[in-house]
Amino acid sequence: MTVMYTKDHEWVRADGDLYVIGISAHAAEQLGDVVFVELPETGKTFAKGDDMAVVESVKAASDVYAPISGEIMEVNSAVVDEPGKINEDAMGAAWFVKIKPSNASEIDALMDEAAYKDFAENS
Amino acid sequence: MTMNNQDQSTFTGNKALQIEEALSFEIGGFDRTGVDFPPAEDRPNRLGGLGRDSEIGLPGLSEPETMRHFVRLSQKNYAIDMGPFPLGSCTMKHNPRLNEKIARLPGFADLHPLAPQACAQGALELIDTLAHWLQELTGMPAVAMSPKAGAHGELCGMMAIKAAIVARGEGDKRTRVLAPESAHGTNPATAVQCGFTVEEIPGDATGRVDLAALKEKLGEDVAAIMVTNPNTCGLFERDIRAIADAVHDAGGYFYCDGANFNAIAGKVKPGDLGVDAMHINLHKTFSTPHGGGGPGAGPTVLAAALADFAPVPYVVHRDGEYHLIETESANSFGRLTAFHGQMGMFTRALAYMMSHGKDGVAQAAEDAVLNANYVLARLKAEITPAFDGYCMHEALFDDRFLKDTGVETIDFAKAMIDEGYHPMTMYFPLVVHGAMLIEPTESESKRELDLFCDALLSLAKRAKAGEAETFKAAPVYAPRRRLDETAAARKPVLRWTPAANAAR
Repeated sequence: MTVMYTKDHEWVRADGDLYVIGISAHAAEQLGDVVFVELPETGKTFAKGDDMAVVESVKAASDVYAPISGEIMEVNSAVVDEPGKINEDAMGAAWFVKIKPSNASEIDALMDEAAYKDFAENS
Repeated sequence: MTMNNQDQSTFTGNKALQIEEALSFEIGGFDRTGVDFPPAEDRPNRLGGLGRDSEIGLPGLSEPETMRHFVRLSQKNYAIDMGPFPLGSCTMKHNPRLNEKIARLPGFADLHPLAPQACAQGALELIDTLAHWLQELTGMPAVAMSPKAGAHGELCGMMAIKAAIVARGEGDKRTRVLAPESAHGTNPATAVQCGFTVEEIPGDATGRVDLAALKEKLGEDVAAIMVTNPNTCGLFERDIRAIADAVHDAGGYFYCDGANFNAIAGKVKPGDLGVDAMHINLHKTFSTPHGGGGPGAGPTVLAAALADFAPVPYVVHRDGEYHLIETESANSFGRLTAFHGQMGMFTRALAYMMSHGKDGVAQAAEDAVLNANYVLARLKAEITPAFDGYCMHEALFDDRFLKDTGVETIDFAKAMIDEGYHPMTMYFPLVVHGAMLIEPTESESKRELDLFCDALLSLAKRAKAGEAETFKAAPVYAPRRRLDETAAARKPVLRWTPAANAAR
């Protein structure tokens, strides 16, 4: 399944009509042990680039931005209860939200795996 | 008694003068008391069923035990009176004892905030004189003295900006605030608190605001820009006038975070740079104790465009008397605090200013910049500076020098503890990878700076020589070894109970 990435280290992948969003394994590694996550409520809408969630590690607190515009349909409460999951499985079980896109073409502007890998290594 | 990392080589766990001190709850018995009170007389209970129905649960210690407990705890604290405190962005400068002497004069120290104004003329004169100095140093016509910390001062400035925008009838239109990505976290927090949305301005390759990117973001919906100068990378924003002009041309206001005013006090007047509002951290720039040693104070200067919206109270000098004005004018946004501000900090800050004089305040700024550049120049052979060129009052390094050593910024900082230093600011600003921000202030002599630099250079060489294991184990000479910060954040124990204590 194709995973796309943003410059701010979020990832997005399709899941039926919805898109699943999380932060990249590279971001999780850079952050160090994540100790707190704040996710948005379901039903909230975001424009691409809006502050959507907060991740706090022992080093720093960081904003997570909406990689595409849309409405939050589902949030992963397991990751709120156990933020350490982000360090274990950032790309899988530690997804953040599922969003119903208002403009699915926005995803085309994001980076694919190879482009992101290149970006992450050189930034 | 449970003690992690406790040293078993002595029976008590003490190491000579380094005393192993348990919590007062663990020392004192709950059935004891250090003070004898006569039994309470039999009085009618008027609490209507709200009286306490269980023990209060305070430990009982004798008076000497109590005294020793707190003195021993205080000896575990690192303080500016013990050694250099290089926390960048915090300005931990020496707190002159003269300030303390003045602040303890009974006419200041024992004055009640509700004392009649006729009995408080000296204190009001002090507030007025300090306000005058702050206005002169910043070239600004108005100052709100009541904010009680830097972030509170930011709130004051942004509330004045909000009030001005509402008065212009643009309250619904101007909803965005711009802040550089290197900003102090309090900047966006303040803007959001005032109902704005915040957008980041990217930095350029030299660590400063990217002027072109800023101009692109400006528009009729921008209320203000919040910029720190010198910025959190310890660099002077060389485009500051152009930034101010661009924001003003777009109809917005320029809030300057004055946290780093200590680098330019007496040298540059922010009013000349086009600043509309700026807080001044008296506790940083003017040496009043902070960081556990005392409260802050964040008086906020305002340009003519915002002066009308200033909060109450303020002091005016009229007919040979000082008057505390507490009635709001039509435009004032109101009141920020119950009383008049941090009087104890006002006294200390004015004592610092008057003992240094105009030339001395400027020299303090010069020496702070000189010291930071000395540290930068001495360390850069081994420790990578984040940006090229001179710095202002603090020197910012990144973790490129630790690449492939297995040592991270946090390990380096922990090893500094073993060398007897409080670590510098780590991982801030966020724009620099593995940031280490060192602010020596003007307080340190060349001898102190050399010892500090030699210690850091030796650590850098050891890290590069493959001593990662030693760094990962640090600190080894501190009363406690490295704490599990992850567990502390994920499973915090916030209240002492016998059960929680036993589980440690």
